[in-house]
Formats: sequence, C-alpha cells, structure tokens
Amino acid sequence: MVTGSIAEPIVQKPRTVAALKCDIAAGRTKAAGLAASYFERIDALNPRLNVYLSLTRDRALEQAARIDEIAARGDPLPPLAGIPVGIKDVLVMRGAPATAGSKILEGYHPPYDATVVARLEAAGAVLLGKLNCDEFAMGSSNENSAFGPVRNPHDLERVPGGSSGGSAAAVAANLAVATLGSDTGGSIRQPASFCGVVGVLPTYGRVSRYGLIAFASSLDRVGPFAANVRDAATLLGVIAGHDPNDATSSPAPVPDYAAESDKPVDGLRIGIPAEYFGEGLDPEVRAAIGQGIAALEAAGCKTMPVSLPHTRYAIPAYYLVATAEASANLARFDGVRYGYRSPASETLSAMYRHSRDEGFGAEVKRRILLGTYALSAGYYDAYYLKAQKVRRLLAEEFLRAFADVDAIVTPTAPTPAFKLGEKTGDPLAMYLADIYTVTASLAGICGVTVPCGKTPAGLPIGMQVLARHFNESTAFRVARAVEAVREAS
Amino acid sequence: MPANVTLQDVDRVAELAHLELTQDESGRMLHDLNAILDYIAQLNELDTAHIAPLAQVSELEGTAGSNVLRDDVSQPCLDRFTVMKEAPETDGVFFKVPKVIER
Repeated sequence: MVTGSIAEPIVQKPRTVAALKCDIAAGRTKAAGLAASYFERIDALNPRLNVYLSLTRDRALEQAARIDEIAARGDPLPPLAGIPVGIKDVLVMRGAPATAGSKILEGYHPPYDATVVARLEAAGAVLLGKLNCDEFAMGSSNENSAFGPVRNPHDLERVPGGSSGGSAAAVAANLAVATLGSDTGGSIRQPASFCGVVGVLPTYGRVSRYGLIAFASSLDRVGPFAANVRDAATLLGVIAGHDPNDATSSPAPVPDYAAESDKPVDGLRIGIPAEYFGEGLDPEVRAAIGQGIAALEAAGCKTMPVSLPHTRYAIPAYYLVATAEASANLARFDGVRYGYRSPASETLSAMYRHSRDEGFGAEVKRRILLGTYALSAGYYDAYYLKAQKVRRLLAEEFLRAFADVDAIVTPTAPTPAFKLGEKTGDPLAMYLADIYTVTASLAGICGVTVPCGKTPAGLPIGMQVLARHFNESTAFRVARAVEAVREAS
Repeated sequence: MPANVTLQDVDRVAELAHLELTQDESGRMLHDLNAILDYIAQLNELDTAHIAPLAQVSELEGTAGSNVLRDDVSQPCLDRFTVMKEAPETDGVFFKVPKVIER
C-alpha cells in the first residue's frame, strides 16, 4: 500500500538473498509469488521514482515457475534461486528494449543476452526489467536520461547519483533485491553512496562486458548493487570469470567472495590518503568517514597514511580518455543497422548527421565533441597522449601504495546526494562529483562502496574501500567490517 | 595558457563526428569546451616526457592482467534474418540507405 505525500522517502530494505532462498527451498515462499509482489510494488512506486524503463514480466514469471518446480522436487537450488534482480539498461536482454537512456536506440530489441544476464539467469535469478540511467552511462546524477531523471528514494527532490541511478534507487526502495550497473568513472559507486546501498567496482577484466553497450572500453566495468555486502559478494561470484566473448575478461579463478567477505579484518593494513580529505569535502561526509575509520581500528585494522599525490589530475585525465574512447564507440550509432533513423534525409551523410543530432542528448554530444577534439590532428599529443601518460602515473602510484597496505579507504563522493537541477547548468561542476571515483577507474583496481552513516537530514554517506587488482575479497572484508559495526549500533 | 577553441573548431569537430549542431548548440558547446579544456590544462603542470602512455591496465606489471588469445576458428553467429529485423530500412538481405554520392 502506498500512502503519504509526494516527497516522503520511499526506502525499504530488501530481505537478504540467503533468507529468501531458504524460504523458497522450504516452500514458505514461491518464486512466482515473490516476483508478482515485486511487480506490484514497481507498478505502485515507479511513477514516482522512475527507476524502471521497461519490465520483462513474462521472462521473469517463466523463470520463477522453473525455480518453483526445482524447489517442489526438492532438488538443490542454484545460488540466486528466485531472487528478483534488475538490470541497468546499458546491458542487453534478448527481445527486451535496450535504450541506454537514449532516444537513438528507439525501437531496438537486441537479439542476444549479455553474458552477465545469462549468468544471473543460469544461477536462478528472476530478472524484473531494465533500469533507468544517464544516456550512454554519461552523467553523475541520472538527469541525462532521455526518459527523465530517477529520484532518490531517501529524498525525492534529490538525485540518486549516476550514471547507474536506477540500479541504486531500485535496491534502496526495494524494487529489486539486487541489481547490475556499470561503472566507467564512478557510475556504480557514487549512486550507491547517494542511495545508501552497497555497490561494487570489480577489477578491470573480472566481469565480462559482452552485451554491455560500450562507453569507454578501457574503463567500462559491470558490477552489482545490493542492500548488504554479502549479497553483493554473492552476485559478483555469479557474474565474474572468463568469457570467450570478451577478450579483456581474465581467466583468473573466482574466489567464494561471500565466504571471503565474512573473514575477520584484524591485522589488515588500511591506507588513508590525505588527498581524498582536502578542500571540497563536505564536513558531514568527513565526520561519517572518520567514524568508519575508527570502527575499522576498533575491529583490529592498522590504519596508516598513504600518499597519492597525483589524485588531483585524475578528473582531467579521465575526461580526456573517456571522451576520446566514447567518440569512437558512439560512431556506431548511425541510423543504418538498428535504432533511430531520422526520416526524409536526401543523402547518406545528411541521414547520419540528422539521426545523431536528433538521437543524442546534449551531454553525449558534448563528450563526443570533446573526445573528437582530443583525438584530432594537432591535439592528439597535447591531450589524449598526455592523459594516457598521467594515467600511468596514477596507476603506478596505487601499486606503490598497495605495497604497504591491504586496502585504502576514502569517501565515495565529496557530498551527499544533491538537489535535482543543482548542477545541470555547469558540466564541470557535475564532473567534479566523480573526483574520488575516477582514480580507481583509471588504475583498473577494484572497490566496494558501503553505507557509512547519514547526514542529520537523513541522507546516506558511503565509504569507498579500494583494493589491488583482483583482490575483491579484501575490499569485501573491509566493507563488511564497516557494515557490521553499523548493524550493531 | 587558456584554451582557445573557436566556433570554427566546434563546427569542424562536429563535422568529423557526424553531428549537426544548431547555432544555439554550437555556442553552448564552444563555451563548455573552453571551460573544460581550461580545467584540463592543469595536466601541463606534470612533466611526462619520460612516461610511457598507458592505454589499457592489463599492460601494468603485477596486476594479474593478461592478454587472452584464442584460436582463429569460425563460430556460429546470429542469423541474417534476426539481425536484419532490427534495421530501420532493409530489403531483408541488405541495409538500405539514402543515396551515397551527393550531386
């Protein structure tokens, strides 16, 4: 039942994967009934939150029926049996509309499943539908979606963060038990922080991108959102691993992340980089992260300063690398093979221009132009090559820091969720919302953001836990320790 | 040195990117590109003369990243009907587009 005023928060914690699975196995809960109850809640609340762009009811109910049959037979259930999961609409699901938050993909029904979609379903997950996001995952507030912004369930006048705003808000409002998002410069971690949920940036190469609509291929990653660390770890375990369809996916073995997340943290060395606690950090965020660090110390972690002096160069380097790659990746949207074509153009080149002009939104055009400029004759060395050199400095700086510490903790974002419209007039101010997240993107390392407190007004604050390449287990352990202290208090 | 992108630059880059901007859009993009490039100029504080560019993190030492190779053999793929069904205009075999040669 939905009551209350328009602006009242719509926050509800989903039940855990383990609890739901236990009930489904025992026959106390039917996967079909669970799916139906989620669709009911979505039907009731989506008009206010704008989280889902489309629903995959038939596919979800068929899958739920399969799970109920397995449970009825008493056969062992797969790890995500009957768990309702939402998918960011930059990942393709066979036959379901794939928009990437853009008008240019109008009418497109991809003929195949992304590898992560297939893996979730093979693990028993019930896929509810496609989640709203910034157009082509370009944005930090979800206000760049061609289908309108998602609203933050904690305060409907505020942004959920971006670009995976729908994925974060869906978990915060219990419109899914868990979701998938994508992170190129912070697009999982920052919205998870703004919406008070757990978000995971897996190591570059840890999770297949086959079926992810590409933004910046040397940076793009797919990762999970969940209401708690263990569920996020369980999801990562399902989607991680080598995929022959993605040559950048690593053959490194996949640990049992959920079990790893429960290991104690005493004796772990935690680095605190001063560069992430400087000017521009909101005092309420600073205080909450300080409490999180104190909690880790109380749990037996040894904290120590680490130096990451090139941090301030990460945003400029990131916006050159990301836009250059985007300008190449987005060349494929030309009105020829799929998606939107502008009607009545006389020539092929006019058709390209009109389709792209009418199909792309302002931020996507801005980034294509910046990227094209950075790659164009006469500017390549000064901009693109320079950014790649700074990228190496940033990556090597992290590797040096990780010689001395097991994990690094920072605020995930400099502020809590800001108001809708607050930054839309100033692209640069919006880019600075990613100031603490783009560094790990450029370095390829992994991270987890975990809720670490709230402002007096009730807005969530996230702590970012970074770990070295392919060391997600440590990031989960540290995040779990922060979560455990908050559960106990 | 402040960025000095001109309106002509914006139009040239738009042409390279197959974007057609309205006059309003060009003006806005001119302002935004200059503001963003001014911010980006702080990279010039760093001496990177002897630093190798990093295009892909799997190039980094000690990251367990690796080049994944496979045998070059043909694999089943989507059939033509399924793919062509998504085209805005097609005769079922080919994509149809407006005339390519202008004039």
